[in-house]
Amino acid sequence: MEQLDFDVAIVGSGLAGLRTAIEIMRKDGGRGKVRVALISKIYLMRSHSVSAEGGTSAVLFPEEGDSFELYAWDTIKGSDFLADQDAVWRFVHLATQEIRLIERWGVPWNRREDGRIEQRWFGGLSFPRATYAQDKTGFFEMRALYDTLLKYEGWERFDENFVTSVVIENNQFKGFTTIDLRSGNMRFFRAKAGVIATGGAGQLYRITSTAASSTGDGYGIAYNAGLYLKDMEFVQFHPTGLVPKGLLITEAARGEGAYLVNRDGERFMKRYAPSKMELAPRDIVSRAIMTEINEGRGVRDEASGLDHVWLDMRHLGKEKIERKLPFIREIGLKYLGIDIVDQPLPVRPTVHYNMGGVHTDINGNVQSPSGPVRGLWAAGEAACVSVQGSNRLGSNGTNECLVYGYIVGNEVYNYISNERPEPQSASPSVLEAEERRIFSEVLGRESGGEDVYELRDELKDTMEKNVHVYRNEAGLAEAVKKIKELKQRYKNIRLSDRGRVFNYNLQHALELGFMLDEAEVIATGALLRKESRGAHARIDYPNRDDANWLKHTLAVKGPDGPQFSYIPVKITMWKPVARVY
Amino acid sequence: MKIRIRRFDGSKSWWQDYEVEAKERDTVLDILLKIRERQDHTLAFRHSCQMGSCGSCGMVINGKPSLACQTRVLELKTELIRVEPLYNFPVLRDLVVDLTGFVGKHRAVKPWMIRRNPEELEDASSEFVVTPQQNMSFVQFDYCIMCGLCDAACPTMALDPLFLGPQALAQAYRYVADPRDEGLDDRLEVLDDAHGVWRCHFAGSCSYVCPKGVDPAKAIQFLKKDILKRRLFRSKKESSSPATLPKVEKVPDNAPHPPPFDYKFEEVSQA
Ligand SMILES: Cc1cc2nc3c(=O)[nH]c(=O)nc-3n(C[C@H](O)[C@H](O)[C@H](O)COP(=O)(O)OP(=O)(O)OC[C@H]3O[C@@H](n4cnc5c(N)ncnc54)[C@H](O)[C@@H]3O)c2cc1C
Repeated sequence: MEQLDFDVAIVGSGLAGLRTAIEIMRKDGGRGKVRVALISKIYLMRSHSVSAEGGTSAVLFPEEGDSFELYAWDTIKGSDFLADQDAVWRFVHLATQEIRLIERWGVPWNRREDGRIEQRWFGGLSFPRATYAQDKTGFFEMRALYDTLLKYEGWERFDENFVTSVVIENNQFKGFTTIDLRSGNMRFFRAKAGVIATGGAGQLYRITSTAASSTGDGYGIAYNAGLYLKDMEFVQFHPTGLVPKGLLITEAARGEGAYLVNRDGERFMKRYAPSKMELAPRDIVSRAIMTEINEGRGVRDEASGLDHVWLDMRHLGKEKIERKLPFIREIGLKYLGIDIVDQPLPVRPTVHYNMGGVHTDINGNVQSPSGPVRGLWAAGEAACVSVQGSNRLGSNGTNECLVYGYIVGNEVYNYISNERPEPQSASPSVLEAEERRIFSEVLGRESGGEDVYELRDELKDTMEKNVHVYRNEAGLAEAVKKIKELKQRYKNIRLSDRGRVFNYNLQHALELGFMLDEAEVIATGALLRKESRGAHARIDYPNRDDANWLKHTLAVKGPDGPQFSYIPVKITMWKPVARVY
Repeated sequence: MKIRIRRFDGSKSWWQDYEVEAKERDTVLDILLKIRERQDHTLAFRHSCQMGSCGSCGMVINGKPSLACQTRVLELKTELIRVEPLYNFPVLRDLVVDLTGFVGKHRAVKPWMIRRNPEELEDASSEFVVTPQQNMSFVQFDYCIMCGLCDAACPTMALDPLFLGPQALAQAYRYVADPRDEGLDDRLEVLDDAHGVWRCHFAGSCSYVCPKGVDPAKAIQFLKKDILKRRLFRSKKESSSPATLPKVEKVPDNAPHPPPFDYKFEEVSQA
């Protein structure tokens, strides 16, 4: 296996990975002392972060009534009190600097007449603090970060390198193994420090707002290395996915005043969240829509057979739509031939975000059963600090990537320059075993007849049916059983592409392996959590149960599936209260 | 329906036909996915966001460089759909092309914010003042998703491999037009060159194929004008300055429940 040596290896070039890389470069100040490899399975600038639409929250206008307390309170209440309050407190303070820094690097934030940054409403906020660039916020943020990174020397990009494992020995990070898609050969990126910034796992479901690359590989990689996954049962469903595929219609549409209406033309949110209406947090609006559909007040889309409600923006007027929601208009026109200026859009909940992730401390340092892993961090959607608790507020995902990119960048830089760790070689047997797993057991297997895409579709259907917005004991148990069956069958997959160059069949097979692990952790964790909190809604346990369940879930790989333990939530500011909107 | 795909395995290339059932809303990407997942696992192409934001699935569809995820099959109105890898790019396998040269040209035009005082780029105390009107003057050019369609459509790219191309030039203009940027002079060396802006013959095909309305042809014309103004008249741009923020005496403590604990906020280490 070819070995490449770096000081830092960052996996993932979405917002979190890019921001981490930039922070290291800024601290290094162009001295080229810290050498960074930026590894990504898809091309830089293709990461899923480019799809973020609506906005990024931060306190910019204290003189107009916003405050850090208020922002922290909104985030913690939105999280249904599962967020760690010390982490949230730091997070809300650092978000301000991030918005302004990336402005200076080029983000074209929408502006007020006086030339200052404009903000708007988002769900669950008590001040309109979602900072936005049209409805292409994540895209413009990615552009500015990517372009800014280009001005630095000292980092190297490894696009289309698929990470297959993280190597950790004696709780010390050693590096990542990858397949270079272009040559089909394996590489070992030996590094003093590693960062996992691999994004979320929305591809576990059929109706999804996420990119094909969002298979949550970082979760699978960490899990298989014996690290903890935290709070994985909390999966966010965004209320307004466009029928049939679930493409995202941003919450900013409702922030700008869009209505949700059922088949009778009723603005049904008045029965679920009378004060916030359409701008209640996502878990609440998603449940409301599913209840409308389940109780027969949805509308049937004939072509797909899917039930939905309507998202109506006609009253906003063409001028406002063009200035603030041009991309939503483009999506409606291109995919359904519907112009939102004069027709409503058919929408239903679509999977969107993973609140859970690789278990880290408040500084992003990855934790294993034997303590903090030396030299390994995680950031962005791949990580779980936890800032988002059991339900993320819209406009809090992109800034977690930025803030934690900043924090982790600093931590990594300080680690390299202060502690001066020596590069650590991996045991040859570990690398050989990984090479054997990929080339002999997956790519080269001659026996067996299972098909990657069939198994993947069965997995998606199971998750869509049983691990969705509403959950119950029987459905979750069925899902766990099905996933275990799929894991058995996965051992018999056979690839029909035996080539090395750009073998996507192989990549998809490896992704599926990770997805099955993730799905098992999510479904089992959901089965065990006998309460309803945030995005986890159990029909058979409809209430939040702080006495027994105000705690984070930790899952670690055992011999026959995940093993669970629980740790306390850090409550430093507010005691949990009823969550009413 | 029938689709004919240009394939390449590293040594030989051939056309391959597939028969697929298409639904009314299917895009060309949906068709390619059906083929790869149900008929032929060896077909190689890139895709990711499936909503026209990530720029992965650029390819030539019925002779026109297009995004597969935004091309609906019905709208093509042809019995046979022909798909080829992007023109003007080296092919690696099937529809996967080599983007190394492309991203290198983008980097060559210094596509980042340049200020005479670089410290202003590291100062997070406030934002630059930019009016909505000023924003509109460049934001269109910032919406480049780097899909490569413009370069694939450009007749000059085909003749001059050293030509920077519409993508890179439009991105240079994106910064030159930004009221916050002061870097025209730093970019002149690459732009004001025989393989730079002057090589563009304004064929306009780049703007015709751009899926995001970036209009590279227009950007290049504007860039030529700015370069001439700078060269002939030494004209200087009025750039934005950072905003002075209003002083806030005391941040109002208006959260529904004031912090019950005396919790100290720890600053992150700043080197
Ligand atoms: C449609 C949509 C709209 C959204 N809108 C908003 C919004 O308005 N506001 C907001 O705050 N949040 C929003 N979010 C959430 C937010 O965009 C994401 O949480 C965030 O962008 C995730 O960024 P990331 O850097 O963690 O991961 P990603 O951007 O997903 O990047 C993951 C990276 O990891 C790499 N990678 C993954 N696996 C591997 C592997 N095995 N080997 C090598 N590389 C790998 C990928 O190539 C990629 O570069 C939205 C999400 C969606 C789905």
